[in-house]
Amino acid sequence: MGRESHVDLSKTVIAMHDIVKKFGDFVANDGINLTVHKGEVHAILGENGAGKSTLMNVLYGLYHPTSGYIEVNGNKAAIDSPEKAIELGIGMVHQHFMLVQPFSVTENIILGMEPVKGLTVDLKSAREQVIELSQRYGLQVDPDAKIEDISVGMQQRVEILKVLYRGADILILDEPTASLTPQEIGELIEIIGHLTKDGKSIILITHKLKEIKASADYCTIIRQGKYIQTVNVAEVNEDQLAAMMVGRDVTFKVDKKEQKPGEDALVVKNLHGKDYRNVEILKGLDITVRKGEIVGLAGVDGNGQTELVEIITGLRKGTEGSVMIHGKEVFGKTPREIFEAGITSIPADRQKHGLVLQFSVADNLILQNFGEEEFSSHGILKRDAIQKKATELIEKFDVRPRGSEGKPAGQLSGGNQQKVIIAREITNDSELLIAVNPTRGLDVGAIEYVHKYLVEQRNKGKAVLLVSFELDEIMSLSDEIKVIFDGKIVGSVPGRDANENELGLMMAGGGAHE
Amino acid sequence: MFLRNLGLLINATMTYTPPLLLAALGSCFSERSGVVNIGIEGMMTIGAFVGAAMALTCGNPWIAFLVGGLAGALFGLLHAMACVSFQADQTISGTAINFLAPGLAVFLCKAIYDGSSDTPAVDISAKLPKVFDGIFPVGSFWDNVLSNYSVAYLSLVLVAVIWFVFYKTRFGMRLRAVGESPEACDTLGINVYRLRYICVILSGFLAGLGGAYITLATVSQFRPIVIVGQGFMAISAVIFGKFKPQGALLACLLFGFCNGVKVLATSSNVVSPNLISMIPYIVTILALVLFVGTARVPAANGKPFQKAK
Amino acid sequence: MSNAKEKTKNSFGTKILHGNLLYTLISILVGFVVGAILLQAAGISAGEAYGKLVTGVFGKPKFIVWAIVYASPIILTGLSVAFSFQTGVFNIGAEGQYVVGTLAACIVGVFVKVPAVIHVPLCLIAAALAGGLWSMIVAVLKVKRGINEVLSFIMFNWIAYYLSNYVVNIPAVHKEGGGEATKDILESATMLIRSESLQEVLGSGASYNIFVAVIAAVVIAFILNRTTLGYKLKAVGFNRHAAEYGGINSNREIMTAMSISGALAGMGGACQLMGMGMRISQFSSQESFGFQGITVALIGSTNPIGCIFAGLFYGAMKYGGTKLSLVNAPSEIVDIIMGTIIFFIAIAHVFKRLLLSYAGNKKAKGEGGAK
Repeated sequence: MGRESHVDLSKTVIAMHDIVKKFGDFVANDGINLTVHKGEVHAILGENGAGKSTLMNVLYGLYHPTSGYIEVNGNKAAIDSPEKAIELGIGMVHQHFMLVQPFSVTENIILGMEPVKGLTVDLKSAREQVIELSQRYGLQVDPDAKIEDISVGMQQRVEILKVLYRGADILILDEPTASLTPQEIGELIEIIGHLTKDGKSIILITHKLKEIKASADYCTIIRQGKYIQTVNVAEVNEDQLAAMMVGRDVTFKVDKKEQKPGEDALVVKNLHGKDYRNVEILKGLDITVRKGEIVGLAGVDGNGQTELVEIITGLRKGTEGSVMIHGKEVFGKTPREIFEAGITSIPADRQKHGLVLQFSVADNLILQNFGEEEFSSHGILKRDAIQKKATELIEKFDVRPRGSEGKPAGQLSGGNQQKVIIAREITNDSELLIAVNPTRGLDVGAIEYVHKYLVEQRNKGKAVLLVSFELDEIMSLSDEIKVIFDGKIVGSVPGRDANENELGLMMAGGGAHE
Repeated sequence: MFLRNLGLLINATMTYTPPLLLAALGSCFSERSGVVNIGIEGMMTIGAFVGAAMALTCGNPWIAFLVGGLAGALFGLLHAMACVSFQADQTISGTAINFLAPGLAVFLCKAIYDGSSDTPAVDISAKLPKVFDGIFPVGSFWDNVLSNYSVAYLSLVLVAVIWFVFYKTRFGMRLRAVGESPEACDTLGINVYRLRYICVILSGFLAGLGGAYITLATVSQFRPIVIVGQGFMAISAVIFGKFKPQGALLACLLFGFCNGVKVLATSSNVVSPNLISMIPYIVTILALVLFVGTARVPAANGKPFQKAK
Repeated sequence: MSNAKEKTKNSFGTKILHGNLLYTLISILVGFVVGAILLQAAGISAGEAYGKLVTGVFGKPKFIVWAIVYASPIILTGLSVAFSFQTGVFNIGAEGQYVVGTLAACIVGVFVKVPAVIHVPLCLIAAALAGGLWSMIVAVLKVKRGINEVLSFIMFNWIAYYLSNYVVNIPAVHKEGGGEATKDILESATMLIRSESLQEVLGSGASYNIFVAVIAAVVIAFILNRTTLGYKLKAVGFNRHAAEYGGINSNREIMTAMSISGALAGMGGACQLMGMGMRISQFSSQESFGFQGITVALIGSTNPIGCIFAGLFYGAMKYGGTKLSLVNAPSEIVDIIMGTIIFFIAIAHVFKRLLLSYAGNKKAKGEGGAK
């Protein structure tokens, strides 16, 4: 990808020396070095939990390093608060947006640095400044819209404008492409180009190899808190980067035999539904999943996939349409009834929907079945049976640490929490499985495990609907890929024929194929 | 006859509303910044006692009024320390204050005033002054409507002032932001702790003023039962008014008006006074069900905020 | 060999540090210290005052009995608040539920003529139904119309208050011959212990309402820990979304929990009426039964069995407090002590963290500083 580099090696803007950061006994950063030059795009690559965000929080003054020091523009600097970082020209765009929902775009941008006229906040001049900045860098926003009403892409642009408004010369972008289409990612890369041309330096925190290759000049790899290496991005390929990130060779392809799908397990026809703001978000959606196949649903967050799954599983009431599970109509039924019709699901947000973190692991494992004969009779729980089942499942699914039946689920790591959910779903042994972003926040080992499990289910003849924001995951696992856009299915492509650009186009609403 | 009753009604409203309004405005500060403060009741009580005691000691109603407010502010500080610095459960801390403050008030009263749980009556010269007093013939319509304590009018002005602060000033914008998303404010270099401290102390101050108003104007002495439920009515007013100062004003006026109706109806002895007393509360529920519906609570309300270090 | 011993010692120690009991006890201690300081500052001997509290409660068997009788309704109100806490709802309406429960029990106690064996349970059931209903209305408003329950509870507290006064003044109910109260409940409706031999030992005021409270606490504990209902309620209280994902109807569970809460508070009122008061008096101001319940729930760490002990403690303090005027100490000191205790319980987790990290460091150093 022909990319202009604006790196000025003669000027070092950021130098982090031997940064160590501990949280109690846990060493998040173990002596990390980082050097960034003017006009450079420097990526920090590492798996989830490697310590990338921690390092940047140190740079931004949200954390104090346990040891080590930082130089900004050649001068030693003690960055003990975000205010200090902002003063030094460092700005951070967080992975999870830090926006005040009911406030407008303009208010969010100026918050903390509001222009005043007498006693009042000068919203008029603020608005003008916002428009000027947004035009200068090509960051299209609606200055008067409320955050709760705008798209994720625009929210991100607001975050970037916040940082630019404060005169940042060094921008830290933390996992910026999590919720963007391939096209929007392209736009972001262009914006990064504008910024570096203007002399700004960018630090990119990411685990997405493709984007590093497309946008970064240099890349520092961190693994389990330790500094591994800094490479010139032009001189390495994706596989090499992956190997450095994980410490071993990684296979991305999943072993999947050809298989003829069986009868219909899930048939959705003409589904209409509203989102949490009572706006229609599903506009006549049709989708079918057959036994023995994985159907991947690709799409940018916010196009209705969340609501689709909620309606299918009964957590939300659709306004019109039909949902048939194994030939039985379940539209409008309660979650309990739908569950009994033969569906199992791995929820999108495991901490929000999948687990009661304060409950013990054992109690979480019976979240759907506590009413069944095996675990209770006449309303009284059979504690021994529950305990026995928990021990069995923990062993079978390799949940670590062993003996955690009685521990609150919140104490387990993300990967183990996901295993608990999967263990629970497997025991239901339904013919239809819906998995939503099942590998979000998991490390490579756990991701491999979950992918293996999904393919196993499909090989056994179960129907699997995979909803994910990770296009790579969809492409490597699905037999059939469907694209959702604006509440409808706009394209359907067999898995092996899938082309990322084509899919990206459909995800953004262009070129409908059917 | 109608005019006379209307006058009495307005008078009753203007009697009951101001202390409620002061406390409600204080509650707005606290709640909007994200700290639940159910200790308003206690803060009013201590303000009521200190105000009365101060007036008996120094004879100046304004000093007494302010010192009453300061007493409330002190308990506000306590609540802030517990909730902001120690991240205590805000409901529990508020409950503690509802025990401590009234208990302390009566305790001090007994200690200072010879074991009596009531203070002596405050002399009229030490009471808050009335505006337009004596200008109109006593008992006439205009006398009833306009002859109110000056602080009553002050409290109405205060609504406008607080509205301005909330929606036009920098402080107000940050205060509202902190109540919605303290994490975002933290990353922008806004001192969440300090802002919340200020808001909670202010809520105590205003609640104290509300209590002092009652002993320095309406009832001219402190008795243990002088504050009984007004604090909770103030909280209800804030929720009813959707956490906005202008909403709180309307809610307090509604409560005051209902109380006025109660006073009038009781004096006419047609229906049991107890049934009439229920009216404000039933009206509120009906109003909620029919008109108001859900109030959007500030998103960070009730959750302790901790800076990561 | 020594490893195993160390292990058990450590685990017991850590259990104490991790649990809540230690910090509750520390808070109680601090409460008394603060009270002592205030008393001394006001020129009253703390020793004398506290001594009076102790002798006032434990001096004679009948005092102890009275303290227990005092405590029983408070235990039930505490259970009410603790129970609804589990579903994430703060039952600030316990006050109103208590009052309507008392009303219902009183009406049944005055006007229904049945033998005691039926009468007492009947009154209790009436009280539970009244309290439960009172709470359920608020629950329905919350669930169906999204109306903030804090607001509704406060409104209904007031409505109950005036309702009670209204009923007291209904001629058919009103006490004959002056006095601002209802008629006394019939003897068959009281919970007084009637055996004469027991009365000699325990005094004439002894009643068995404590058994109602304790049985209720045990039942509630059982429900919360061993039944599917308790499981559902706690799931909803901890994580509503996950609970719904698991097929639990969270709205229905919230309504159930609030109704049960209300029933408990109502029963508390009935226990007070049938075990002590015998009639309902005209209120001149709200009695703060509800707040007593909140205090008990907090001191008892919202644990049903904890509520029993917390209730006994509070009851004893309240009862002892009534005797403080005999030594010229204001009974408000009890409120101040209680307030301080609650305040320190609120900030207890700070100390918990401090102590735990201190213990953790010590242990690491003890093992040769290995990490």
